[in-house]
Amino acid sequence: MAKRNNVEVNAASMADIAFLLLIFFLVTTTMDIDTGLSRKLPPMPDNQDQVDDQNEIKERNVFVVLIDQQDRLMVEGRQMDIRGLREKAKEFIANPENRENLPEKIEKDIPFFGKVMVSKGIISLQNDNGTSYGMYIKVQNELAAAYNELRDDLALTKFGRKFDNLNEEQGKAIRKVYPQVISEAEPKNIGG
Amino acid sequence: MANFVRKGKGGLPAVSTASLPDIIFMLLFFFMVTTVMRETSINVKIHVPGATEIKKLEKKSLVSFIYIGQPKNSSKYGTEPRIQLNDSYAKVTDIRDYITSEREKMDEKERPFMTTSLKVDEDTRMGIVTDVKQALRKSSALKINYSTRKVDDVY
Repeated sequence: MAKRNNVEVNAASMADIAFLLLIFFLVTTTMDIDTGLSRKLPPMPDNQDQVDDQNEIKERNVFVVLIDQQDRLMVEGRQMDIRGLREKAKEFIANPENRENLPEKIEKDIPFFGKVMVSKGIISLQNDNGTSYGMYIKVQNELAAAYNELRDDLALTKFGRKFDNLNEEQGKAIRKVYPQVISEAEPKNIGG
Repeated sequence: MANFVRKGKGGLPAVSTASLPDIIFMLLFFFMVTTVMRETSINVKIHVPGATEIKKLEKKSLVSFIYIGQPKNSSKYGTEPRIQLNDSYAKVTDIRDYITSEREKMDEKERPFMTTSLKVDEDTRMGIVTDVKQALRKSSALKINYSTRKVDDVY
């Protein structure tokens, strides 16, 4: 065979091929980061006996939120607009004036804060089977916002930073001062 | 002073484009590593509700998804909201098996951190969602995440 000179292969089209591959992957893949509201479901009771101890919680300690099948909101026995829910929930959780009709407080020892009065309040959320999911999420969002605003306020006054920017220990302490207790009733038809 | 002697004629030599493919390949590999292939094709119409207090879902490998919404092919499947697991429509009773199989795919260490993400359409009634939640409680998959969009204002 005749000895050939080393001819340089033109590599200009290589880039085009690689671009084609790149664009293919860009189109077929998803970059979206999933976001959402995280919640923890209560474990299923083992037997029916445990259901009864819900009655022992005092009425003043429970903040009842009902949503009916027309997406109307009832808070503590009164019909309400979704816009007012956040303020009302904040008032319930914090109970700044220690009022009689708002939840009791119990003294707890918490790192960074010392002895703090922690509310015993529980938010009870009940919905109808006909409630729309969009409304349900709105209410969940408002309740979460109420907690987040209170935690942010406390974090800013205590540590000078927002709750999300605190380190793990500080975050834990704040969570103990304002524990997020949203209880969802066992499903039943509340009508409406 | 040194003398610089110009060899040959003036004018720019051709810029070598040989390294261009390498750069593009680097980009390609970057995208291949950072992105996730679409695993399931979603057969239900889902427009998730918006919320402001959202958190990011941390590890994708720990998350299993449940989709609820109206079937896309409504002439064939009707307009009643359906549950979708993996690639097919399912009943509430199938959720238990689905969670068990998802759990088995994971490392033993990671199992307690398993999260179920509910991707539910805004207009779905809560009845079906409550049924799903009860099924999840029964199969002790208690960490859930309501998938939402980020919006500035929910009203």
